[in-house]
Amino acid sequence: MIGLSHYLIVSAIIFSIGLVGVLRRRNLLMLFFATEVMLNAVNIAFAAISHYYNDLTGQMFAFFIVAIAASEVAVGLGLLIVLYKKYGSLDLDDLASMKG
Amino acid sequence: MMENLVYIALFAPFVSSMFAALFGMSPRQTFVGVVASLLLFTSFLASATLAYHIMTTGETIHVTMMEWISAGDLFIPFGFIVDQISVTMMVVVTLVSTVVHIYSNGYMDHDKSFNRFFSYLSAFVFSMMILVMSDNFAGLFIGWEGVGVCSWLLIGFWYHKPDQSREDNPSISPSWAANEAFIVNRIADLGMLVGIFILYWNTGSLQYEEVFKALPGLDSTILVGAAIFLFIGAMGKSAQFPLHTWLTDAMEGPTPVSALIHAATMVTAGVFLVIRVNPLFGMDEVAGVSMFIASLGTFVAFYAASMALVERDLKRIIAYSTLSQLGYMFAAAGLGAYWIALFHLAAHAFFKALLFLGGGNVMHAMHDELDIFKMGGLKKVMRGTWIYMGIASVALAGLPVFAGFYSKDAIIETAFNEGTYIIWFMLVLTAGMTAFYSFRQVFLSFHGEERYKALGFHPHEMYKYVLVAMSPLAILAISAGWYMEEYKEFIYGLIPAYEMSHHTHHIAWLLGTLVVIVALSGIALAYFKYARKGANAFKQDKEKEKSFVYKLLKNQYYVPIAYEMFITKPYAMISEHLWKDIDMKIVDASVDGIANFLYRSGDSARKMQTGNLSNYLNWMAIGSVLLLVIAAISAMLG
Repeated sequence: MIGLSHYLIVSAIIFSIGLVGVLRRRNLLMLFFATEVMLNAVNIAFAAISHYYNDLTGQMFAFFIVAIAASEVAVGLGLLIVLYKKYGSLDLDDLASMKG
Repeated sequence: MMENLVYIALFAPFVSSMFAALFGMSPRQTFVGVVASLLLFTSFLASATLAYHIMTTGETIHVTMMEWISAGDLFIPFGFIVDQISVTMMVVVTLVSTVVHIYSNGYMDHDKSFNRFFSYLSAFVFSMMILVMSDNFAGLFIGWEGVGVCSWLLIGFWYHKPDQSREDNPSISPSWAANEAFIVNRIADLGMLVGIFILYWNTGSLQYEEVFKALPGLDSTILVGAAIFLFIGAMGKSAQFPLHTWLTDAMEGPTPVSALIHAATMVTAGVFLVIRVNPLFGMDEVAGVSMFIASLGTFVAFYAASMALVERDLKRIIAYSTLSQLGYMFAAAGLGAYWIALFHLAAHAFFKALLFLGGGNVMHAMHDELDIFKMGGLKKVMRGTWIYMGIASVALAGLPVFAGFYSKDAIIETAFNEGTYIIWFMLVLTAGMTAFYSFRQVFLSFHGEERYKALGFHPHEMYKYVLVAMSPLAILAISAGWYMEEYKEFIYGLIPAYEMSHHTHHIAWLLGTLVVIVALSGIALAYFKYARKGANAFKQDKEKEKSFVYKLLKNQYYVPIAYEMFITKPYAMISEHLWKDIDMKIVDASVDGIANFLYRSGDSARKMQTGNLSNYLNWMAIGSVLLLVIAAISAMLG
């Protein structure tokens, strides 16, 4: 029988994959993907816990996150295109212009 | 009307000082000296009118200018009182100061800081006026400190003169002497401040009137403590042993300043304090302290006179005589004869100012040469100055008719009357010494062979107007004593009466004659040794100068050298030790350590700031994890 803990473990694994992506990736587009992965890992946890407690609030929250993530991707991708046009690269090592 | 006069008397010197200060940086302006002298004369006229008013009506004028400090229980109105004591001081101070101001016009003629000099001089007088006129201890203390600051400015007036060794010049340099005067006075001021605090804590007021009213209810230890600490303050200002060294070194200042310090504005402050606080010093509980004051005064009178016997520096001889006469004043005050002390203070102010200004004339004539061994026979070229110096020296020696006779004789009589025969004997002996050294100085500089000719000096008399300006002092040096009985009537309203016993009264003429004989023999001795010409003329006795007693006196009993060895040098050593070992190695090092730590940690933390978003994200993750861990730990603990 698949219980709550299984869902949470999956969620944690996906979150960790996303986190590693955020930490290790150099390409901004890939960073974006990684944050999306993390968001969806949280969504899984929300949905699972919501089902476990028989409370719809968590699932509603997950929907909101999906909606916000969609609009965020729209804005973020727009910015990335502008960046790419300006610098010709999306590699973070090339974009370091505020060195202390 | 009278209130306005009080303000005029007090603030005319202040206005004078501020006016002269406007021109402080500009070259000599004759009108600055004239205006300052006129303002001082105005102050004198106002003081004299007040004195006349008090003499005729006997009423005390008390004005409150403003509420000065009012915080919690502390309430000090800034008020002035003009009564018999303060009006005596006011008249003496303003009269002497006026003469000194006029004199300075001539004396400082060639000095490039002429205007600045008048600014300081008037400020000095203003401080002294606050000191004597204040109706509370706080105002007294302000004037007290103001006098200290102005004396520092004036003694060090020629601050650009370089330091010399103690053998060449016992006062080293003007700036050294100024610092010495100021620091020694600071030590004494601390004592005075403690005395004032004791009185305030126990009586809850700083007003003389209220403090004196509350005195009888106080514990005897508190009274003794207050008396001792107040007297320590008086000891510093009035240069009593062991805080006396600054007074002779203060001779480094311009001569008018010496006249002012010695006659009017500075050293008399200590005697004034004891007289002003006579309700405290006159109490039976503090009889021990008063006896100590009298004994110390007698000792200083003798001690200073003995050093004057061998001194060759004209101004230092006069300085020692001041020290000695201050001793007389304290002896009188300590024995309870406050009005005699005050009377001697006034009489002394006149002839001492005259003596100094005459000395200034000699110094001016001899191109700043002060060694009386190099003078001699000056009376031919400086007749006016000779007469003045003669009058002042006779008054100082205490011969009949002259001012010093009445006041000094009264002090000696008091000592006899109190049954303190040791004090009496010492004072009589000192009177003889005083006569000897003051006439030694007169004879060596004005009589005998003209030794200065061989040394190439061309002395000339001072300006006429300066000599005329000195005449009031000369008249008072002769006549001040004649009004002793009137003065007694005048002052008795305020100061407890002091009368000689019947027995003393009976033999007073005998005592007086004895003192005069002693003084006359001193003068005669001086005449035979120093005034004759030809084969009997004075010659420097090199053999005698090698004797132990001569060296002891010449080196001021080695007191300045002892101070340097046992106080100044160890203090400098300790200071250097504290500076190098404590301040540099502990205080500075810890402050530097904190700064260095911050600097270095900042330097290494700066490396985080790579500008690379990926690195920032890593740091953010680390930070979040850290926060989570901290939250988890605190949740577990909490």
